[in-house]
Amino acid sequence: MASLELGQAIQGEALMDSYSRGNPSARRIKRVRWGRGTALFLAALYFIVPFYAAMQFCLQDVNGHFTLQTFTQIAQAPGFYSALWLSTQLAVATMAIVLILMVPTMIYVHLRMPRFRRVMEVITILPIVIPPIVLIVGVDGVTPLWLKSSQWLLALIYVVLAMPYVYRSLDAGLGAIDLKTLVEAARSLGSGWVSIIWRVLIPNLRSALLSASVLTLALVFGEFTIASLDGWTTIPVWIYLTPTTNPRINTLVAMMALLGTALVLMLIVSFDRKSHLRRS
Amino acid sequence: MSDLITDTSPSPSGVSDENGSKKSRAGALLRFGRTGAPVLPFLAYVSLGLLLPTIAIINLAFRSNAGKLTLANMKVILCTSNNQACLQYRAGFENSLKLALVTSIVPGILGTFVAYAIATSKHELFKRLTAACSGVLAQFGGVNLAFMFIAAFSAVGGVATHWLADIGLNPWNHGFNLYKFWGVAFVYMYFQLPLMILIITPAFAGLKESWREAAEGLGASTWRYWRHVGLPVLAPAVLGSMLLLFGSGFSAYATAEALTAGTIAITPIQIGAILNGNVLSGEANLGYALGFAMIVILLISVIGYALLRRRTSRWLR
Repeated sequence: MASLELGQAIQGEALMDSYSRGNPSARRIKRVRWGRGTALFLAALYFIVPFYAAMQFCLQDVNGHFTLQTFTQIAQAPGFYSALWLSTQLAVATMAIVLILMVPTMIYVHLRMPRFRRVMEVITILPIVIPPIVLIVGVDGVTPLWLKSSQWLLALIYVVLAMPYVYRSLDAGLGAIDLKTLVEAARSLGSGWVSIIWRVLIPNLRSALLSASVLTLALVFGEFTIASLDGWTTIPVWIYLTPTTNPRINTLVAMMALLGTALVLMLIVSFDRKSHLRRS
Repeated sequence: MSDLITDTSPSPSGVSDENGSKKSRAGALLRFGRTGAPVLPFLAYVSLGLLLPTIAIINLAFRSNAGKLTLANMKVILCTSNNQACLQYRAGFENSLKLALVTSIVPGILGTFVAYAIATSKHELFKRLTAACSGVLAQFGGVNLAFMFIAAFSAVGGVATHWLADIGLNPWNHGFNLYKFWGVAFVYMYFQLPLMILIITPAFAGLKESWREAAEGLGASTWRYWRHVGLPVLAPAVLGSMLLLFGSGFSAYATAEALTAGTIAITPIQIGAILNGNVLSGEANLGYALGFAMIVILLISVIGYALLRRRTSRWLR
């Protein structure tokens, strides 16, 4: 469908080209190309310059020479490892809870309650209406004290924040497989529900589960608002609050976090495409 | 309750549900009781994690610290009386709205042009690459992004500042301040622009080439084509996307906090300060009032987005 449209578009433009050779409108096409080039160039400049400049900032010493020393200084920075450990624990807990909660629910909804999908879609839009800074105010007002003093409260809140991403990934994944046939085939061969989910559906949803997990991971490792207002030193809070002997250390951790996010997201995109190509 | 939600729902598929007729609704509750049990854990979690905190905000926004129903908090944040103490919250809202407007309109317009430039490109690989990059960059933000910009553009030691100074264009000598309003807006662009490109690109795919050919066949100039065909078809999609950007710019906390060390007077930062206890003791419930006001503004923008989205689907799919 998409390639058909593209084909038509290319044909259309080729047709236009042949009509307009030597016409004033040929100049228009040229002008459009120039405009496009300039717009893309400026956009690329805006995205590349700060990134490149910050990388250079991290990787130079006081004399402005290139050095990798900052990397070794990260390891010695006070509190870095405990922050990394806390963020890792929270990420694992959040991923576990959100997947255990959402995967069976969404499989069931796709199979038996298709109309409920709209309710879930709306619920997953709510974190836009109630952003983290507002959510934490409300959570603060209703959480009992024993839970408030626990680090796991963060994981419980992150599950809510991760729901939109997890919902979207799983919804796409479930839409792409022939759920009904798979389930009916497995049931006619005598499988119970646990074994259907574990041995039939999860292997088929691998790429959707991967992107849901990775997005959750990126979310937990980047979340600052709730962690800082709740008083927990996760990685972003550490970057912001910990004074180190060398500001390059904090910036380098921030840049590594950005690069890590970029890398895993790129991975998802390529993984998604590969599995898509395999299917078709 | 769930019916209430569904009715105001922006149908994200863009297709209004024709099956939602009245006769099926009567039995809906009964059927839900029978088949709905497996979704109860999910609903319970959402109720506790999302609904309960929201109700708490709405409730406590209208109560005094002693627990009595009152409009005092609202009066303070709207600043109906002209005392000095409340002016800061009104200023916070004004700054927040201004920031959200600037960081939705400017990236909205620029993003539309860039997305058009990408969408009309003939290189499939280039399109795919820019789509992937937009997806990644739209996720950037928070502390990490703030630190990146500080490293690049701070007044002393900023590497990019240094480059610009070398060619005689040091932005700090021309009224630029990374830690004030326009600096923050400049940083927000870094995730708002890719977000705009990401959500507006599908609209260009729906703009049929045949419409343009038809218009030109009838003798329309490029200007007339855009004025009477292209823009009217695209406008709801562009406006709707801008509303989404508005919400994202209005509610961002981490980036502004890390960039300005909490010195910029916008509502999210003020809420953070109240939660951190950096306020007078009598003002604790103001946090709920500010949160409530933010919810109202964001709700309006999301409903606007949903309505425009529905209109968009008339021509573009």
